[in-house]
Amino acid sequence: MSAVTSPITAPVTTEEKVEHHYLNHSSGFLSWALTLDHKRIGMMYLAGILFAFFLGGVFALAIRFHLWNPNKDPDLALFTNQTYNRIFTLHGAIMVFLFIIPSVPAALGNFLLPIMLGTKDVAFPRLNLSSFYLWVIGFIFFSFTLATSGIDTGWTFYTPYSIETTSSVTPATFGVFILGFSSIFTGLNFIVTINTMRPPGMTWFRMPLFLWAVYATSIIQVLATPVLGITVLLLAMERLIGIGIFDPALNGDPVTFQHFFWFYSHPAVYIMILPAMGIISELMSVHSHKGIFGYRMIAYSSIAIALFGFLVWGHHMFTAGMSDITTIVFSALTFTVSIPSAIKVFNWVGTMYQGTVAINTPMVYALSFLFLFTIGGLTGLFLGALSVDMHLHDTYFVVAHFHYVMMGGTLVAFVGGLFHWWPKMTGKMFNDAAGILSGVIVFIGFNLTFLPQFVLGTRGMPRRYASYVEEFQELHRLSTIGAATLGVGLLVAGIVLLHSLFYGKKAPKNPWGGATLEWECSSPPPHDNFSSPPSVGDPYDFSKIEYDGKSGGYVKK
Amino acid sequence: MTTEAAVHTDNHDHGHHDHPAWLAHHFDDAQQQFDAGKFGMWMFLVTEVLFFSGMFCAYVLFRNRNPEVFEYCSSFLNTKLGAINTGVLLFSSLTMAWAVRAAQLKQHTLLVGMLGATLGCAAVFLGVKAVEYTHKWELGLLPGKLYVAQVENAVHADHHYLRNVLIVPLIYTVIGLLYYLYSIVISSRLHRQIAGPVFVSGVCFFAGVLLGQYLESGDHGDHAAHASHSTSHGDEAGHDGAASSHSGTDVATANAATPPLTLVSDSSRLLNPDVFVSPVEQEIPRSDVNNQGMAGLFFSIYYCMTGVHAVHIIGGMVVIIWLIVKAARHEFHSQYFGPVDNVGLYWHLVDFIWIYLFPLLYLIT
Repeated sequence: MSAVTSPITAPVTTEEKVEHHYLNHSSGFLSWALTLDHKRIGMMYLAGILFAFFLGGVFALAIRFHLWNPNKDPDLALFTNQTYNRIFTLHGAIMVFLFIIPSVPAALGNFLLPIMLGTKDVAFPRLNLSSFYLWVIGFIFFSFTLATSGIDTGWTFYTPYSIETTSSVTPATFGVFILGFSSIFTGLNFIVTINTMRPPGMTWFRMPLFLWAVYATSIIQVLATPVLGITVLLLAMERLIGIGIFDPALNGDPVTFQHFFWFYSHPAVYIMILPAMGIISELMSVHSHKGIFGYRMIAYSSIAIALFGFLVWGHHMFTAGMSDITTIVFSALTFTVSIPSAIKVFNWVGTMYQGTVAINTPMVYALSFLFLFTIGGLTGLFLGALSVDMHLHDTYFVVAHFHYVMMGGTLVAFVGGLFHWWPKMTGKMFNDAAGILSGVIVFIGFNLTFLPQFVLGTRGMPRRYASYVEEFQELHRLSTIGAATLGVGLLVAGIVLLHSLFYGKKAPKNPWGGATLEWECSSPPPHDNFSSPPSVGDPYDFSKIEYDGKSGGYVKK
Repeated sequence: MTTEAAVHTDNHDHGHHDHPAWLAHHFDDAQQQFDAGKFGMWMFLVTEVLFFSGMFCAYVLFRNRNPEVFEYCSSFLNTKLGAINTGVLLFSSLTMAWAVRAAQLKQHTLLVGMLGATLGCAAVFLGVKAVEYTHKWELGLLPGKLYVAQVENAVHADHHYLRNVLIVPLIYTVIGLLYYLYSIVISSRLHRQIAGPVFVSGVCFFAGVLLGQYLESGDHGDHAAHASHSTSHGDEAGHDGAASSHSGTDVATANAATPPLTLVSDSSRLLNPDVFVSPVEQEIPRSDVNNQGMAGLFFSIYYCMTGVHAVHIIGGMVVIIWLIVKAARHEFHSQYFGPVDNVGLYWHLVDFIWIYLFPLLYLIT
């Protein structure tokens, strides 16, 4: 730990009287259940998605433990093949629809966006609360499928199998439909808030990069999610009355379903990763105590990723039977997405260069992101190349690739961001050493889980199989050990955060030395965020911020 | 930070003391609130367009693949009814736009009247739509797997779908009437202004039904009449519901004469293009088109597109009633008319989508 962070643990003066903030603004169950305060809605989302993440994680571990043995003899396997199908479907569907998509925008975004922008709330607080309840209802529909027959189609609901299977696909599609509208309303709210509610002085290019990332994400949410909505609605109609649009038996076209589905679900990949990139931009700059390198390029690249993301959905379907020209165009467009992604990575590295890098918990996760996301991004190039993809399609290579991006990228950034803003959200400091430990375990466990899967994939191990040939056993076991380690690391992170709630020291206003507006209101923030309109300056100008030993945090000169 | 917090201990829901009730506490002024609302509505309309775009894509794909199916099936859609509905919706857009102006000018009674007129037009639209839908169900022109290829024989003619569909609007109208009578009894202007449009829209629905029936019977009535004599109710065994409400001994004799029909659901029969659920296959025109995978798919797209559109009409009616309540309370004025303006935008979009649906579905031939 560097000298910069150690004084945080210094005793805080206790002369202050009871502070008024959003957590004690009002009390009682209804004051939370009916709240219109974006901070409380964000906290409720946070609790909800962490629960979803826990569920998804349990299913992930179940998958890995099942694959400990090759399962040549189904009777000796941990689960039956059918149960295994249901487990990986639930893992994917819960992680994608209930956790990753709402994770950063709905939880951290809701809490931070108005504060970072310098407003009192989002533009439509009631809509915000209703998106939360839509999410809850969607969660209930999903739990319903879990409690009844369980879906075994994979999270992608590909037709025609999803039309034929006897498992409860219909409630699941209604769940996805409702979750989709939750996501749309959140995105719509954020776009309108950023466009119309910026206070005087907050120009577009004074916005923190996290807001640029959330803005780009919201554009995708608003433009792509409705297509998913109609797709799953048509799928539900297909199952209920047999409309035939996706059913080959009725002259329908299952590949059309794939086009519709990926027209949403590929941009959805950027719904997942873009806000994570926004977090990393903040973390890199604040914990390096140096202005962000290439602010405008990072801002523009977020928008570029959002727009390019709409043009590449076909790369999920190279083997589905599209024409040669189509696949070549999609392949070429896929490579263009790597340009804005690489711009971001170079700029983050450039930010750290000659900065005063503090090795604390958020930064450990940010560095971890940098490694894992780069590996995830580079392996994406293999899959974007047509000839290589023919070989790697539907293998563990794909599984490893998207876990490096989704989990090594988004999840690690999310946990890093959670540590970063935890003092702001709860008003408590956590144990930094234990936090760093969790970050290291997560990093090791993650690589141990997914690096072997790259090798498995290139050797031909297909994804979603409940059994495998014995020569793959060693790599599968390495992966399972890694998954357990990863679980331990995340458990440690959870314990550190929970511990801080009860025993943590009081957080100062600005524990890390950030220059964005959220560090100008107290921790936790008051009900109305700012007593008087904050003065807006450069969000990455650290020259006027210096350490104040008395409060244990940073203050403006 | 202590001083900042102290300032906040006495804050309340409306931030500033000069905030009027209609201005939400987190907005600085009326202009910002209006801009945010309007921009939000435009964003929502974008999502609506994309929501429909999936179905337009499906339309393009399948029409491109089987243009003759679309042309053939389109002839079963009643152009007159479609044109009337188009006119009704266009007129409702006018009344909606007028309502916005009335809201700005604080013409409260005119505002209620214009919103009521819009609501009435929406009800007429749905009434006509109800006749169109139920008439097609009677002919067996159902989506996908449910399609029974009985265009000439109209075996469903006696199922009284329409009668069943009318139950909910009837309840709505009766409630509207009772509410209106109640508002007269207590002589409350507020309640009368809300109940009046609700009741009138219910009546408008039935006016639409009558209009639709009159025009539909002129066009396709001969099919239906012919059907009830020739093949009669052959497939009632395969259906539940309305069959039981049917009276008369001719059903029994008809059933004895023709074998009971069931809806095809197993794929083995579907793969054979000549399998139709008909007692007399030779009488079926265009057997290459007239099956579940061809005409059935057209009607899938027809029902999905017009059905989702109708759901939007119903949603629009709900928010218009909400506006009528607010208008009757005299809540709108030149500084605060955003809700009327935004619902108006939504209503124009619903109208606009119909303007595309009408030629794409009805006017192909």
